[in-house]
Amino acid sequence: MSELSLLVLLPFLAATLTVAVPGRAASLGLVATAANALLVVSLCREIIARGAVEQVIGGWAAPLGITFVGDGLAAVMLAMTAIVSLAITAQAMSTPGRAGFWPLWMATLGALNGLFLSGDLFNLYVAFEILGLAAVGLTALAGTPMALRAAFDYLTAGLAGSLLILLGIALSYSVTGRVDLETVVVLTESSNGRIALALIAAGLAVKAALFPLHFWMPAAHSSAVPVASALLSALVVKGALYLALRLSIEGGAGAEFLRSALAVLGTGGMLWGAWNALRAERLKLLVAHSTVAQIGLIALAIGVAGDPLQNGLWTAAALLMLSHALAKAAMFLAVGRIAEALGHDRISGLNREELRPGAAEFAFAIAAISLVGLPPTAGFIGKWILIEGLVDEGAVHWIALLLLGTALSAAYLSRVVSRCLRGGPHVSATAQRLPWRSGDVAALGLATGALLLGLAAALPLTLLEVPFA
Amino acid sequence: MISEYAFLATGAGLVGLALLRLATSADLLMRVLGLNVLAVGIAMLLLVSGMGASGTDAVPQAFVLTGIVVLVGVTAVLLALAERIAEDRDE
Amino acid sequence: MSQYLPLAILMTSLGIVPIILVMPESARRLRTGVNLAAATVKVALVVWLSFEVTRGNSFDLRHSIAPGLELHLQADPLAVLFLALSSILWLLTTIYAVGYLEGGTDRSRFFGFFSLCVASTVGIAMAGNLFTFLVFFELLTLATWPLVVHRGTSEAHRAGRIYLVYTLGGGLALTLGTIWLYALAGEVPFVPRGVLGDLPETAPLALTAIFVLLIAGVGVKAALVPLHGWLPLSMVAPAPVSALLHAVAVVKAGAFGIMRIVYDVFGVETLQAMGLAMPLAALAAVTILWGSFRALTQDDLKKRLAYSTVSQVSYITLGVALISPVAAIGGLAHLVHQGIMKITLFLAAGNFAEGQGVKTVRAMDGMGQRMPGAMLAFTIGALGMIGVPPLAGFVSKWYLGAGGLDAGQPMVIALLAGSSLLNAAYFLPILYRGWFCAPTEGAKASRRIGWMLAVPPATTAALVLVAGLMASAPFSPLGWTRFIVSLEYL
Repeated sequence: MSELSLLVLLPFLAATLTVAVPGRAASLGLVATAANALLVVSLCREIIARGAVEQVIGGWAAPLGITFVGDGLAAVMLAMTAIVSLAITAQAMSTPGRAGFWPLWMATLGALNGLFLSGDLFNLYVAFEILGLAAVGLTALAGTPMALRAAFDYLTAGLAGSLLILLGIALSYSVTGRVDLETVVVLTESSNGRIALALIAAGLAVKAALFPLHFWMPAAHSSAVPVASALLSALVVKGALYLALRLSIEGGAGAEFLRSALAVLGTGGMLWGAWNALRAERLKLLVAHSTVAQIGLIALAIGVAGDPLQNGLWTAAALLMLSHALAKAAMFLAVGRIAEALGHDRISGLNREELRPGAAEFAFAIAAISLVGLPPTAGFIGKWILIEGLVDEGAVHWIALLLLGTALSAAYLSRVVSRCLRGGPHVSATAQRLPWRSGDVAALGLATGALLLGLAAALPLTLLEVPFA
Repeated sequence: MISEYAFLATGAGLVGLALLRLATSADLLMRVLGLNVLAVGIAMLLLVSGMGASGTDAVPQAFVLTGIVVLVGVTAVLLALAERIAEDRDE
Repeated sequence: MSQYLPLAILMTSLGIVPIILVMPESARRLRTGVNLAAATVKVALVVWLSFEVTRGNSFDLRHSIAPGLELHLQADPLAVLFLALSSILWLLTTIYAVGYLEGGTDRSRFFGFFSLCVASTVGIAMAGNLFTFLVFFELLTLATWPLVVHRGTSEAHRAGRIYLVYTLGGGLALTLGTIWLYALAGEVPFVPRGVLGDLPETAPLALTAIFVLLIAGVGVKAALVPLHGWLPLSMVAPAPVSALLHAVAVVKAGAFGIMRIVYDVFGVETLQAMGLAMPLAALAAVTILWGSFRALTQDDLKKRLAYSTVSQVSYITLGVALISPVAAIGGLAHLVHQGIMKITLFLAAGNFAEGQGVKTVRAMDGMGQRMPGAMLAFTIGALGMIGVPPLAGFVSKWYLGAGGLDAGQPMVIALLAGSSLLNAAYFLPILYRGWFCAPTEGAKASRRIGWMLAVPPATTAALVLVAGLMASAPFSPLGWTRFIVSLEYL
């Protein structure tokens, strides 16, 4: 089975080709994302039918070789990436792009796929490096002084995070002599091993923008061009969260110390992000702070889910990641359209006199429903699974925090939607809605997808049940 | 044995100094240098982890090589970004 | 084919939401056509469904979301009762709204969310388990918010914000209660006499907490004191919205939720054994008196009607909580009766405002001469609310009173008498001013009332009469209610 390596090779090939033939970059990108989506669909079908798949490249096993493993969790992450990719590509094609976008975007896609498929820690580190560099490039693409500064801070933080991860990997190798993911459970048994895991987790916290190491993130996500913001917020931070979840699964009961830390930091992020989102004056900044809050929520979910080998609460975290990816990408794309139409992104100026809210505002509202986690979205199903499990454990304080986070997200997102609903005396009689444009399709499609995902939650949940080989 | 601890102490010292610098300095160039020192410190720690009684393990050395390659690339990008930022500031 | 009837009924309003939302403002005829066609088709489908249900056919549509979590639509007699109410009143309110918003702005948005609102109500009616109920209940919150703030003024936004705080807060309570109950009992389908098995013995404290959470959740929409604060403020919305919020969708969804929780989740016997029925009845009694009391002092016509709603909706809760089949018949019948009476009052009040610019009780002088048709409809609605025989409101109050005696709670008679006196005290002055005071100088027509505004209140007023006079006919609300209650109490 060569699909696994194709999933990584294809985007990198596309990245190279888009550099070589910049005139055709957009169509190459479209072909690559479409092919990627098809590959993911076929991989998901295979995993459901026959269980996890594994591929050892060139016959070299880890630590020196590269092993790709596709299990249920990896498949869900790949599918999440593929869906968002299609929308990002569609959006990038309908707006005049900047030189350099396509190669960076394709490299990001390849790095993400590689990250989700990696079966060993060192390979994960390499994927993180590529992802980090491509993401910084995407941030800097806007070219404004603010974006450049944000990109610099992002890269510095990202590199420090990677080095911590590398240090952790080295330490874990010296403890166990292995770097494959099955070594994680061995690591949890010795104190040096746990230090190694803690170092890796600290690096991940920087990369995932987990509170209080999120300092670089709001500036980076809010100053990039809309498609890049959508990518960074929806997918790139998910890479680190995915690995955190993976460590929790592989570590089993021994990884409880990691989960406790995640739960505490996640709570902090959820509250701090919400607080800043409530006070934000610019729309993009509000959405970026909401990402801090949502990452906190996901980390909290991973943290309180308990031992993944004992119960299925961790699937809630995976569903929340999926839901957040779609909804947040939709939201950043919508915000891009709104800012483009208004010429600014001040929240107080959203109800501009001569313009009525249109498709972009509507997409924002639908995405907001998903982010708050109202039924029937996947976010709601995720919270449902989590709270139901926590009720069984009697963990009242975590339930209260989850509900508080939900209420806060409703509060800061309704700030925006309520502005969009202003009409009557605040809008002049001649004001028109913008006509429907192709540029709104991606945001609206993603937002609707996020909304309806809850109804189809059985599919990701079935996939998630397929264990790691 | 003594040299092993010396490497370990030097490596850890470099990592500590670099992290301190990174956390306190706002100067772009200083931070690029800080990151490089951090990487060197980590490389030393990696090399120590490869020293064993039965000879030297090649895997950590492979890690270090990969790390160096990545570091060179990232440093180049960082310097390019710093250059652009400085240009913007001068205008 | 006919097993998809519930889905078809849902889709007649849910399916047209995106179509209407994307319509350009200028497509007036098309929008009106789609709206009225969908509303008419829905009424026809509901009639078909109710015939099927009386013939003993059952409907079950399920969609699994996660293990132990499924969306379930069904059509039991209680669902049909609520469906019939909402589909008929939706048709009438749509006609009214088309006339009312003539020349207004943002009509596509308005009618889109209007349809979504009714779709959620229909979903609430046909929900076959607590999870499905919760899904549509939250959808209703979201769908009504844009309607409350439709006018777009700062006042409307303030009301909208308060509405959201109340309803989302209630939604959180309901969600938590639902999840907790699912964690304890597994899937919670709606089954007459409840589904809790031996839980009342094994986990009485948890069940009590769950009951409080669930009732608090639906109680916000049912405007139970002290959760009623949003309702009078929402009066800032356009008249058709007020009519819909107060007569059909929101408050009725809350009252209907209380019924489902009491009858089909806990079961009356369990509830009584747990000692939870009396507190609920007491809360309803307090709400009845407090709402009437506050209505007395409101000069704004719509606000007076709003407090009246607070009071009247709790008759339903009272009937449910009294644990007597006779009271239950009264409460359930009042679900329909209060709906048609209150919508009559609101539509007529909307006509006063549109036709004569009259929005306060003080300005009602001589309305009988200025707008005799609307005033007549208003009078029938008001007299029905007071409980004058043979109007619909009398029938419900009669059964509630008899049920109070049946349940060994003669205090209920006193409560009903007191409440009726208060009803009279806040409605009769309006009627007196309307019929017997001379119009004040300077009152002039601001707008001609077309048939689209005149026919709906006339129709609902006629329904108030018919529902009272023909109460013993088999398809009257009362007759249908007896059928439902026999399922719970036999």
